[in-house]
Amino acid sequence: MSSVRLVKNKLAKKTMVVLTGVPSFLVLLIIAGLYLKARPILAGQSFFSLLSSSVWAPSRGRFGLLPFIMGTFWVTLAALILAVPVSLLSAIYLSEYAPARFREIAKPAVDLLAGLPSVIYGVWGMLLIVPLVGRFLAPAFGRQSSGYTVLAGGIVLAIMIFPTIISVSLEVFGSIPHGMREASLSLGATKWETVKHVVLKKGAQGVMAAVVLGLSRALGETMAVLMVVGNIPRVPKSLFDGGYPLPALIANNYGEMMSVPLYDSALMLAAGVLLLIVLIFNVLARVILVRVERRAA
Amino acid sequence: MNPGADQRRLRRRKLEESFFKVLMGVSIGAVIGGLLLIVGTIVWKGLPALNLSMLTRTPKGGYYLGREGGILNAIAGSFYLASGATLLAVLFSLPVVLYINIYARKKSRLAPITRFSFDVLWGIPSIVYGAFGFILMMALGLKTSLLAGIITVALLEFPIMSRAADEVVRLVPRDLIEASLSLGATRLETSLKVVIRQCLPGLLTAVLIAFGRGIGDAASVLFTAGFTDRVPSSLLQPAATLPLAIFFQLGTPYPEVQQRAYASAAILTVLILVISLLARGLGRRYTRHVVK
Amino acid sequence: MDSQAHISVRNLSVAFDGLEILKHVSIDIPDRKITVIVGPSGCGKTTLLKSLNRLLDPLDGVRISGEILVDGESIYDPGVEVTHIRKKMGLLSQRPQALPMSIYDNVAYGPRLHGLRSRKELDALVKHYLRVAGLWDEVKDRLGEPAARLSVGQQQRMCLARGLAVGPEIILGDEPTSALDPQSSQNVERRLIELKSDYTVVVVTHILRQAKRIADYIAFLYLGELVEHGPAAEIFANPRDPRTRAYLTGEIS
Repeated sequence: MSSVRLVKNKLAKKTMVVLTGVPSFLVLLIIAGLYLKARPILAGQSFFSLLSSSVWAPSRGRFGLLPFIMGTFWVTLAALILAVPVSLLSAIYLSEYAPARFREIAKPAVDLLAGLPSVIYGVWGMLLIVPLVGRFLAPAFGRQSSGYTVLAGGIVLAIMIFPTIISVSLEVFGSIPHGMREASLSLGATKWETVKHVVLKKGAQGVMAAVVLGLSRALGETMAVLMVVGNIPRVPKSLFDGGYPLPALIANNYGEMMSVPLYDSALMLAAGVLLLIVLIFNVLARVILVRVERRAA
Repeated sequence: MNPGADQRRLRRRKLEESFFKVLMGVSIGAVIGGLLLIVGTIVWKGLPALNLSMLTRTPKGGYYLGREGGILNAIAGSFYLASGATLLAVLFSLPVVLYINIYARKKSRLAPITRFSFDVLWGIPSIVYGAFGFILMMALGLKTSLLAGIITVALLEFPIMSRAADEVVRLVPRDLIEASLSLGATRLETSLKVVIRQCLPGLLTAVLIAFGRGIGDAASVLFTAGFTDRVPSSLLQPAATLPLAIFFQLGTPYPEVQQRAYASAAILTVLILVISLLARGLGRRYTRHVVK
Repeated sequence: MDSQAHISVRNLSVAFDGLEILKHVSIDIPDRKITVIVGPSGCGKTTLLKSLNRLLDPLDGVRISGEILVDGESIYDPGVEVTHIRKKMGLLSQRPQALPMSIYDNVAYGPRLHGLRSRKELDALVKHYLRVAGLWDEVKDRLGEPAARLSVGQQQRMCLARGLAVGPEIILGDEPTSALDPQSSQNVERRLIELKSDYTVVVVTHILRQAKRIADYIAFLYLGELVEHGPAAEIFANPRDPRTRAYLTGEIS
């Protein structure tokens, strides 16, 4: 073999090995970077006191992150409550009931929904959902509201995570052997009973993973939620209050962060907390999915 | 046997099924209806604002308050940024994907660890990439610029592209690779001449998906690319992007400026739709020509 | 033939996405006998079987024409309740399909759906049918365990018990022993022979020797056509159609 080819191969291989170390290295680098930037503020106050304080007054040096953690919690919860039933029912419909032709239109539609950028959802949320909440839903519950609420954030976020939950659930349902459904039907069960006792039972873990993946997507969404949620740095007391999730906090204040001492450090800490939460849920979902796949094989 | 009770039971079972069928219909309707509503609203608001002048001129008098001009700054900026970022991401992810699939030995732990890293990176919210990009920017002494934006978005796109490419390259049958190797080709030559050719449609799809994600993301460029009225003429200048053009110009008191925001939204949406359909079309072509 | 027909298939044609799988099949399945459908792979045997309990319904792109009468009633009539038809038949698949629940719940699945609630009655039912399937002794102490933990042979017998527990008149077997080891196969074959005194049995198989062992009545299906059918002894001794002869001698398989 010509030595030029061999040399090229060797060089390429060496480069590739180095580059292959990059992804793992990157993960560590990101975590390290955020930690380093967050250290200044952690030097002065303990991690837990920052997480549990609800006083957010940067100019006075108070950086309580509780309002934002709670904001994230409530918006995400609202989104999940809305998204899980709708996504699950849609996935069941597409997997078990829909005629092939409908499925061929619906699946691309779901993918399209997944590809829409966050800002687009945000614009739409401002145009339609905020007035919906402010002018119809809030008064219906006897509340006064501008519409920029946790609820609006939850609704927009719910639509954003439909595709995640639906597509993973569809994969899970698809991996259930058809013969099991046939066995149930042959015993005289209706299709719905088959769904209840076979599909959902066998797919339970996978569906859980789908929900967790949707959850971790919801936790990280920034722009759409920011544009409709009100951005009030107080712990929200109800769906019709304004909220201020962690990502929105970081996004909104990058401008001021260099002018107030420790502000940038606090924001980096917030980013780190967000990263940690998202990573935990993501890894959890992956672990479940791997177990499901292994059992199906 | 009690035929009356049987009949009633059967009716109850069917009723339960019908009830849930209705719920299912409502749900899928909400999903598809949601898509139509969102795209429809954006197009309805943005289409009237789209005209040649909007597409070919930059904002005059400042992007926030200037009542004249268009969104060329954002269109050009977005294209430069997303193209640069995608290129960078390809340069880094392709070698890695090829290595773990073609070079690495079966027993080596490198592949699962790397794939796990891809998964972890994939799940990181774009705002965290933005924050990290900002840290990187400061560390490298960069100001908000096209370059900083490119690096940050490349970081964002990297796991997306890697995962999509990995899925495609993984499917290449072992026999094909071994056939090439036994003909005397080096692994490099096999990778470039056989594998990439085999996977080309799938890889192009991966590139498209990553590009689409990169061009639409706001949180990652918020800290890093800056914003400006002008079309960037060098990597070190700040660059406007379509997502930020929407975000910054929406809250303005001037309707002409708002129009620019809506126009940007319409263009971005149409762009994403086109990319999605292209990716789907390529994906379908891919499965037809795969060597089995 | 002195047995009356339990199932009558009249001019049944089935096509998938335009591809014809069954062409104008007509056959009477005799009551309380074992009818075995034989033929090379891919010739429509399983399709024929599945058309009997309307398992073809949920499949996309399927077109069915012709008639199937069970006890004189057409099962494809629009007014007919499908779950009722399926209850009349128990299906044994090629690969045992244990439902994702305990052994007890598997066998009790059908009866529970159809309204049986009393714990005592269900206990008795589960015990009885596991006995009939020859599985009771092996599982009586672990009824609450997930059915997936049983061996393949045990699962198949459990599926038999499960299918019988809904009180069918007809048992359908789709290559019921091809995934089993010889011991379990023998077991299942013996059960089927015992069962024919109370049930009409229709089995699809590609194992000719199995057909010779258990069949009272044979139907030979080739490329979607019902080539020949009749009492087993006659067909094996004197096949009329050259294709049947070719299959029986092993020329085509």
